Amino acid sequence: MVSFKDLPEEELFLAGSTACQGCPSSLALRIAFKALGSNTILIVVASCTSVLQGSYPLSAINLPLMNVAFATGGASASGVAAGVKALVKRGELAEEPTVLVWAGDGGTYDIGIQSLSGAAERETDFIYVCYNNEMYSNTGTQRSGATPLGAWTTTTPGGKVQHRKDIAQIMIAHRIPYVATASLAYPLDFYQKMQKAKGIRGTKYIEMLAPCPPGWKFPSAQMIEVSRLAVQSGMWLLYENEDGETRFTGGTKRIIEGKVKKKPVKDYLEMQGRFRQVLASPEGQEAEDLLEEQVSDSIRRLHGWVPEYI
Amino acid sequence: MRVLETGNHLIALAAEASRVEVVPAYPITPQTQIIEKVAELIDEGRMNAEYIPVESEHSACAALVSASLTGARAFSATSAHGLAYMHEMLHYAAGIRVPVVMANVNRALGPGWNIWCDHQDSISQRDTGWIQVYVAGHQEAVDTLIQGFRITEDHSVLLPLMVNLDAFVLSHTYMDAEVPSREDVDRYLPPYKPLWKLDPRLPVTHGSVVYPADFSETRESMQLGHKNAREVIREAAREFEDVFGRRHGDLVEGYLLDDAEYLVMAMGSLSAESRVAIDRLRESGVKAGLLRVRFFRPFPTEELRTLCRDRASIMVIDRDVSYGMEGALFSEVKAALYGHADVPVRNLIVGIGGRDVTYELIADMAQKAWNGEIGDVTWGDSHTTESHRVTREMLCEFDRLFESEKEVR
Repeated sequence: MVSFKDLPEEELFLAGSTACQGCPSSLALRIAFKALGSNTILIVVASCTSVLQGSYPLSAINLPLMNVAFATGGASASGVAAGVKALVKRGELAEEPTVLVWAGDGGTYDIGIQSLSGAAERETDFIYVCYNNEMYSNTGTQRSGATPLGAWTTTTPGGKVQHRKDIAQIMIAHRIPYVATASLAYPLDFYQKMQKAKGIRGTKYIEMLAPCPPGWKFPSAQMIEVSRLAVQSGMWLLYENEDGETRFTGGTKRIIEGKVKKKPVKDYLEMQGRFRQVLASPEGQEAEDLLEEQVSDSIRRLHGWVPEYI
Repeated sequence: MRVLETGNHLIALAAEASRVEVVPAYPITPQTQIIEKVAELIDEGRMNAEYIPVESEHSACAALVSASLTGARAFSATSAHGLAYMHEMLHYAAGIRVPVVMANVNRALGPGWNIWCDHQDSISQRDTGWIQVYVAGHQEAVDTLIQGFRITEDHSVLLPLMVNLDAFVLSHTYMDAEVPSREDVDRYLPPYKPLWKLDPRLPVTHGSVVYPADFSETRESMQLGHKNAREVIREAAREFEDVFGRRHGDLVEGYLLDDAEYLVMAMGSLSAESRVAIDRLRESGVKAGLLRVRFFRPFPTEELRTLCRDRASIMVIDRDVSYGMEGALFSEVKAALYGHADVPVRNLIVGIGGRDVTYELIADMAQKAWNGEIGDVTWGDSHTTESHRVTREMLCEFDRLFESEKEVR
C-alpha cells in the first residue's frame, strides 16, 4: 500500500494557479503529476484547466504542455505519441515520454467522444483523464452528457430530465487495457491508479469525479466531503477494469463487500444547491427514486447483481 | 527517379522523399490515392513514417498539429468537405505556428454531391493563416511539395502550407515526372529544426490564455510571417533550381507577358488550358499573355502591381465564387491594383464542380471581356440542361401537394 509519505516531494503543479477555491481539477493535477513524474507531455483540452493553469506569459504547470481545441483530446494524443516515437527512432529522445490528456466532461462525453474513441481504437499509448464536474463549468454551468438527472444548470433551469451516460463503460467496450474511476476523497487510490496506468502500454482511461463548488453550489471547503459522499451514496462508483476484469476499490469496495452501509442518495443531493429545486418540487421523490434505481443498475452492470444489504 | 504516375501518387512520393515522419490522414475522394500510397510505402518499409489512421479530418489536422509540435516533420492530405471539416484546426495550426505541409485536392463542396474540381474548398479557407499555393502540373506538384517544407520550416515564416492540385485533372491523370531520392532532397532540405517544441527537457506551455494586452501581437506576427514568406518562397525556388535544375517557384508565373496588351489571369490547371488559348489568340494577332497566380496567400501584390501596369485589359478566371460578391481571385486582383494600375479587370467564373473548360471558351470569353462586351462578372459556362426541366416539374408537384394539404385542413 502506498502512503502519503511515499509521494514524491517534487511539485510539477506550481503555486500561482488561477483556479477557484476548492477546485478539484487543480488538486487532481497535483496528484497525477506526482504519479507520472516530469518525463510527461501534457495535453489540456479546452476546459477550466485551460484557464486555471495561468495566462500568457506565466504558467503554473511545469510540464511541456499543449492546450488543444475542444474536440481534439484523443487525436492530439495520437499526434504527440507518433511524434515522440519518430524522435526516438531518429535518436533525438532516449525514451518516449508519458502522454497525458486532461479533459473535462464536456470535452469527453460530448464534443470529444469521437476523437477519444478513435484514439482508443488506434491503441494510442497514452493516459486520458476526464475530470468530470458533470457540467460545462468553464462557460458558466451548462448541461452536459455527464449531468445527472434532476440537476439544475443554466440550460436545464427546471432540472435535467435525462440520466447521464456511462462513458467509463463505453471505454471498457473499446477493450482498452485499463479503465478506472477515481475520487479526490480517496487520493491514494487515484495516485495508485495513475501509477498503474503509467506502467501499461496502450490507451488508459481514468475518470475523476470533480465536484465544482460554484457550479454545484456548495461551500468550497466541502469539496472533499461532497466527493466522499458521492462514493458513500453510490452516486460515484470506484473501480478499475484491467483487461476486462472489474475490481471495486476504495469506499465502493467496502459497500459492495458489506463492510459499510451505503448512504442514501438523498444525503448527497441535499449537500448541493443544484438539486435543491428538484428536491423541493412535487417530482422530488420521483427524481430521488430514479437516481437510487440508477445506482442499483450501475452496481448490477458492474458486479452482476446487487447484494441485498445495499 | 523518373516515374509515370498520377498526381496523387507523385504527392505521396514527394512526401516520402522529404523524409516526412508523421502522416495523420482520413480518406476522401479524390485525395484517397495519396494516403493509400503513403500507407503502402510505409508498409513496404520504403517510408520511415508513422501513419495515424484518424477517424475524421478534424482529428487529422489536430494530430498533424500536435505531431509537429513534438519536433517531427508532419504531412497530411485532404479535399473539399475534409478541408471544410478541418476549418477550426486550420486556424489552430497557423495560430500555434507549426510548419506542416498538406496537400489539398481541389474539389467542389456539396450539396449536391460533387467530387469534381473547383477551388471553393481552399478559397473558403483563405483567412486561416495558411500559405496557399496552386500548382498547374505534375512535376510542379512534386517540386512544390518539397519546396513547401523549406518555406514553412524557415524560422521567419513558420506558417502551415497547403499545396492545392486540381481534382482529377491533376490528381488522377498519369504523367511522367522526376521524383528526387531522399538523398538528393537532403542536399536541398535540411532536417527540421524547430524553434520551439513540446519537450520534457524544457517544459513550456503552448497555446495558453492570451489576454487582449498581448493577443494582437500574436496575430500581427502571423501577418509578418506571410510578409517574410514572399522572399523565402523566391529563395526556395532559386536554390531548388541550383540543386535540381528545374524552376518551379515564385508567387506568379508569366507566359508571353513581355509585349502583351491583354492578360488572362488564373490559378491551377485552368492556367495550363489558358496557355493554349493565349497561343490561339496570338496566332490571330491578339497581343495576349497569361499571368498565373501560384501563391494565393501570401498574395503576390507587388508582382501584380508591376506586371499589370500599362496593360489594356485583364480577364481574371475564377473556379470559385465568394457568394454575394464575385470570384475570389478577381476581388484580390482588384484590391492589389487599386491606385496602382489603371486597367479594366473583368471576371469569368467557370469550371465549377468539374464543368469542362476548353481553350476555345477561354479565348472567346477573353476577347469579349477585353472588349467590354460582357459584364464585370460573367458565369461563362452556365446553361440550361435537361435536369433543370425535371427540377421545374418537381417544383410543380410540390406546389400541388401543398395545395391539396390546404384543402384537407
